[in-house]
Amino acid sequence: MRVSFIEAIRQAQYEELKRDDRVFLMGEDIVSNVFGTTTGLLEAFGAARIRDTPISEEGFVGAAAGASMVGMRPIVDLTIAPFVYPAMDQVCSIIAKSSYIYGGQAKLPLVLRMCMFYGNANAAQHSDRPYPMFMGMPGLKIIVPSCPSDMKGLLKSAIRDDDPVLSFEDGTLWSQKDEITDDEDHLVPLGVADVKRQGTDVTIVAIGGAVPLAIKAAKAVAADGVSVEVVDPRTLVPLDCETILASVRKTGRVITVDPAHEACSVASEISAMIAERAFPFLEAPILRVATPNTHIPFCPSIEKVLFPTVERIVTAINTVKNYSSQ
Amino acid sequence: MDILYESYLRMVRIRFFETRAEQCHAKGEIPGALHTATGQEAAVVGACMALRTDDYMVGTHRSHGHPIGKNAELKPLMAELFARETGVCGGKGGSMHLSDFSVGSLGESSIVGSGIPVAVGAALGSQMAGNDKVTLCFFGDGASNEGAFHESMNLASIWTLPVVFFCENNAYAVSTPAAQAVSVENIADRAAAYSMPSEIVDGQDLEAVLAATERAVSRARSGNGPTLVEAKTYRYAEHAVNMGRILVDRGEELEQWLARDPIDLLRRKILESGGSEQALLEIEEQVSAEVEAAIEFARASEFPEVASAFDDVFSHRIESFRDFVPSV
Repeated sequence: MRVSFIEAIRQAQYEELKRDDRVFLMGEDIVSNVFGTTTGLLEAFGAARIRDTPISEEGFVGAAAGASMVGMRPIVDLTIAPFVYPAMDQVCSIIAKSSYIYGGQAKLPLVLRMCMFYGNANAAQHSDRPYPMFMGMPGLKIIVPSCPSDMKGLLKSAIRDDDPVLSFEDGTLWSQKDEITDDEDHLVPLGVADVKRQGTDVTIVAIGGAVPLAIKAAKAVAADGVSVEVVDPRTLVPLDCETILASVRKTGRVITVDPAHEACSVASEISAMIAERAFPFLEAPILRVATPNTHIPFCPSIEKVLFPTVERIVTAINTVKNYSSQ
Repeated sequence: MDILYESYLRMVRIRFFETRAEQCHAKGEIPGALHTATGQEAAVVGACMALRTDDYMVGTHRSHGHPIGKNAELKPLMAELFARETGVCGGKGGSMHLSDFSVGSLGESSIVGSGIPVAVGAALGSQMAGNDKVTLCFFGDGASNEGAFHESMNLASIWTLPVVFFCENNAYAVSTPAAQAVSVENIADRAAAYSMPSEIVDGQDLEAVLAATERAVSRARSGNGPTLVEAKTYRYAEHAVNMGRILVDRGEELEQWLARDPIDLLRRKILESGGSEQALLEIEEQVSAEVEAAIEFARASEFPEVASAFDDVFSHRIESFRDFVPSV
């Protein structure tokens, strides 16, 4: 069946709600189904398990933590990613740390879902891609799916996982469609990267919405005889370093592409990891294609140019391909 | 009478445990911060005694007494203060996270107010699971100024959750008097904003605290929603040991509160009610021996292995940690 990114989220939630009575969904305006990820859920599971909340992010994110500690498996729909900021204390001090500071006495099987709406003239406060900052907070697993099939399979794995998982859902992918099996155990394991395109000359490690851009760029340069491999980590924590490194050892030339701001981005972290572990294999400097460190402006014509584009990726491919230390 | 003896035992346990912990801290045997609640034992124990064993509770940074109030074993608690592998948190939590999940504790957060939404969530979990467990949420006067408190009160009210918000109003947030920092005369006054019943109780009077909390617990257990109970109590000590003297001159305030020491008051009450001095002395001797045994247990325990620093980040250790070599 051809399934959209949004429908993949809905299906994952529906199937896991059906599979396990302990799973419930809460968030702002989920009953009214603003984005289409809850179609039919209220009718199927009732208002206790499909629960609208007041605009109290710190309160209901913390409530998810407490409910998970007593055996429930909450999914919190935080709507858009920056709405997690009022709940940062709960995410960083309670959710990330409770298993640790109590020596494993606490388990917090919960999922925080956050959509990232950028590139839509929503200005700086509504356009964040904040997943990198959570990589620096141990105790949180992080998924950033790049296609409907991975979205469904990763979200289902996240809901079944015994640890807190943050799901960052890239709004630029919403209209994508994939063929997805009807198998209700269609799971994509956390911590396993996927090579989205095979190649031998250049490795691109791309995150979320950057993955289809990287594939387009790879196709564009294929005409010139450049063979590009595209690796999608899919989960940032745990990070599948081995799949990335295997590709780097093969190509020796690397670009990391990340819609987040460049400083301390996932592109930066992966670049550093590669430089430390695969330096002898590198034949060119690692290049990052990310969003420059300015805010996201409202005006579409000055917003769109800031994010990674196919053109910027092609330029980077040519730079690393033609680089010579001589 | 049995409940008064048991309450006395737990209050004395907290007092002795904290007094000896302070001494061990002064000798350098306990690292890090240590926040004591001496003077607040009736509030702590009175609230805990109103709970069933399988009820939940959420504590704070000043929470040595909460697990003891709910009858936790002393040895793992003391070993945790001593940072040993036999500690209740394996030496990874310490004084500010002295939480024993085996007695229903769901954590003691050292970020003021951040445990309150957790308590609401535990109550939501009980309500959704259809059991009749109640969650007791301890917090202080200072936490009632946090947004987390207000969001939690509202959520608990609109969802009619089985939670008891129990404020140990000990008059100071670190060094700032509640009278200076709180917009209402009583923390309990804040319940009205959330259509929630509340009670104010003398926090030095064990029986009064117990009775008020029992009413709130009963309301919660029978599906009638949350209550805010405010116990007026007092912290004898500074905010934390070794912090130096930061409280403003308290004048005769401290002496006035010491004259109404909760343990002395309960002692007197038991004797007036026909209890035996001998029984109380035996309790004190028993508790003293328990605390010393806990200290000996802690001293005899090992510090955790370095590798354990990587345990419990997740349910299972993940690959990212595999290459780490400590430079010790």
